[in-house]
Amino acid sequence: MTKASAALAVLAAILIALPAFVGNYALSVATLILYFAYTGQAWNVMMGFAGQLSLGHALYVGVGGYAAGAIFYHWGIGPWAGLWVAMALCVLLGVAIGFLAFRFGISGVYFALLTIAFAEFTRIGFDHLDWIGGPGGMFLKVAQRDAWDLANFRGPPLMYYYTILFLAAAALALCALLMKSKAGYYWQAIRENEEAAQALGINTFRWKMLAVALSAAMTSVSGVFFAFYYNNLFPEQVFNISRSIEIILGPVIGGVGTLFGPVLGAVLLTVLSDGLTELLALLGWEIPGIKQVFYGIVLLAVVMFLPHGIWPPLAKKLRL
Amino acid sequence: MLEARKISKSFRGLKAVSNASFEIPEGSINALIGPNGAGKTTVFNMIAGVFAPDSGAILFEGNPINGLRPDQICAAGIGRTFQIVKPFAGLTVLENVMVGGFLRTKSTPEARKISEQILDRLGLGPRRDLPASSLTLPDRKRLEVARALATRPKLLLLDEVMAGLRPTETDQMVEVFRDLNRTYGTTILLIEHVMRAVMALAQHIGVLHHGEVIARGTPQEIVRNAAVLECYLGEETEI
Amino acid sequence: MSFDLVVNVLIAGLLTGLVYGLMALGLSVIFGVVRVVNFAHGEMMTVAMYAATLLFAMLGLDPFVVALPVAAAFFVFGYLLQAGLINPFITRPEHSQFMLLVAVAIILVNALLMIFGPDARNVQVDYQLESFEIGKILVDKARLYAAAAAVLTAAGLFLFFNYSKTGKAIRACADNYLGAKVVGLNVKKYYALTFGLGSVCVAIAGCAMALLVDVTPPLGPAYTLLAFVIVIVGGLGSMAGALLGGVLIGVSEALAGLFITPSAKSMFSFGLLILVLLLRPQGLLGKR
Repeated sequence: MTKASAALAVLAAILIALPAFVGNYALSVATLILYFAYTGQAWNVMMGFAGQLSLGHALYVGVGGYAAGAIFYHWGIGPWAGLWVAMALCVLLGVAIGFLAFRFGISGVYFALLTIAFAEFTRIGFDHLDWIGGPGGMFLKVAQRDAWDLANFRGPPLMYYYTILFLAAAALALCALLMKSKAGYYWQAIRENEEAAQALGINTFRWKMLAVALSAAMTSVSGVFFAFYYNNLFPEQVFNISRSIEIILGPVIGGVGTLFGPVLGAVLLTVLSDGLTELLALLGWEIPGIKQVFYGIVLLAVVMFLPHGIWPPLAKKLRL
Repeated sequence: MLEARKISKSFRGLKAVSNASFEIPEGSINALIGPNGAGKTTVFNMIAGVFAPDSGAILFEGNPINGLRPDQICAAGIGRTFQIVKPFAGLTVLENVMVGGFLRTKSTPEARKISEQILDRLGLGPRRDLPASSLTLPDRKRLEVARALATRPKLLLLDEVMAGLRPTETDQMVEVFRDLNRTYGTTILLIEHVMRAVMALAQHIGVLHHGEVIARGTPQEIVRNAAVLECYLGEETEI
Repeated sequence: MSFDLVVNVLIAGLLTGLVYGLMALGLSVIFGVVRVVNFAHGEMMTVAMYAATLLFAMLGLDPFVVALPVAAAFFVFGYLLQAGLINPFITRPEHSQFMLLVAVAIILVNALLMIFGPDARNVQVDYQLESFEIGKILVDKARLYAAAAAVLTAAGLFLFFNYSKTGKAIRACADNYLGAKVVGLNVKKYYALTFGLGSVCVAIAGCAMALLVDVTPPLGPAYTLLAFVIVIVGGLGSMAGALLGGVLIGVSEALAGLFITPSAKSMFSFGLLILVLLLRPQGLLGKR
């Protein structure tokens, strides 16, 4: 374990010191990577822990973002209060979906379709909701970007970077703790064999609901960050199924259910795809859609040849 | 300790179990035998909470347990194994048992300690850090038992646990259960086809045939019981 | 709002719904037999639509004419996809298969974006502007022909599955994988054949649809979802269910477009999907 902790410490040091060495563009890329690492980790809780494939996770990002955003937009209340509303709403949503699914015995593909349906339903619904801007979108006031205004979560790119770094690190720490705890063992048992888990005294319904609620809550924070970082929200974009797929790409490629999978996946995908775009730009090619084709090919390759993701074989090789 | 009172179960018009009644005294080793299709597994599943009896009651330590969920049954003190073993393949042997251990404690080190002890007792100690999927069948059966034991059951239900084992392996398992019963006083109920194990272990035997209890008694009484012999005539038994 | 208008809209919805039904039929056949969730179904439909528009632009050929070669090409594609990519996955966990096809879907839809760009494309044939008049009811010629093609293909498929030796063999594989293998059926080959047939449905539906709507890349995922809604509402594994579901969705979309805002029409479909998943997951005509 010491080798792993050392590696982790080095990585942490690099990430903390990063802004001193790179410009604003690289910083924004790093912020994006960490955003996907965090959101992927949140999704991973539901899939890796409770074994439920959610293909509609953009629902929580969207609801979280819109909730906090709307509160700020209409009443000027800062994101710290909005955060709680966002989390509460998303937990309620997650619990509702989970309850409906588990009570009615819906799992596997049908569960995935259910999550897609909820996300799509909400997308179209929000498109018709004028209170939050409808299809035209909601725009949050962009205040001065120099001073760190944590209360309203406004400031320079540096502030956002450290915030998302903190969130990603906190998510990692939380998952690490959970995996070693009774909850982690129970969740993994449920994922491996639900019937056997029940025979060992585990109330699988309750624990699955917990995973869903936790995942939803964590993802809602992602939404709040998204809202105040980009300052605009469009239902068509935020709830779109492509967002949901983006969220799962990192964990699936890195390794579902593992601790470092989502992080690794997010890093690999963003670095490689940005590298690709840069390369093509150098050659004078600006082709819309090529980045996504690249994602698709990577996903295909990983699913076919490394079904457990890149992290498990990598960790073995590095003997971590 | 466990009492079944006239329990019945039908599946789409077919009566699998009909007015079965029996008692399991505390601290004893009991077996439920009968030809294929006699309804043994149905009785087992009713006790284990997989489904509820259509009529009748099942009492554990005086309290009715019919209709409870499997996880509630386990919490009440009844552990069970599965006929087709269900290990948590992605976890190690130790982690498998720890899942059971967490029923009685919240602390991970505590669960680990309990599990290590149980594994040692069942002879799986040296294999504790191996993935559960790498075990041989007899070891997987032991793991299944170890896991159930970690929940500290007062009554252990064993579903055809000897199936697929060679005679020497069967004898080893018999020793494990005898030892468990002797040392901890664990009450055991076996559903079994392997007569070798039944005769060696059971203090009381119940015989099911066409969903009804046709005989109850000690092994010596059962082998001489006319009704039992009749229902087994033509059946192959291992002695 | 005149009664005639409503009837016209209803008929248009019904006819379009039959084309949807054909698309969904392909999905139902694939899922019913191979048990693969073809998450790339709508994307394949969109490819067919683009093929029709491309061939029309280059050679001036009517989509119904190109439907046959396109269908043949799609058969081969579907066959190879199943044989090469998906068959090895039969024993893998469900979500692995799902991810595989999600990847294919992503590649397809973005490849279309790369090749054709985001602008809408369509086909322009004379009879698209003509209609049949039955009393005061107007029936678009193009829509009627498209629906006819859909019904013909569905009928052909029905005959194949119920009366041909291969068709029955495929149904055997669907009912009992192990049993089929034991009797000596080459299940993997039949799976590939089935995927090919499902793809043929998509191809013909796509060529027909090219006459009715403009095509853009984002139609891909939209049609995939639509196909799933139809199949689940109509009932997985039921051919009649797919067509019925398609008609239901087509009609409700048309009515929603008339009475509520057009953009909210899919909301109805998704709401229906949620309800069906919860209350009657085997769908209206499904068996399982």
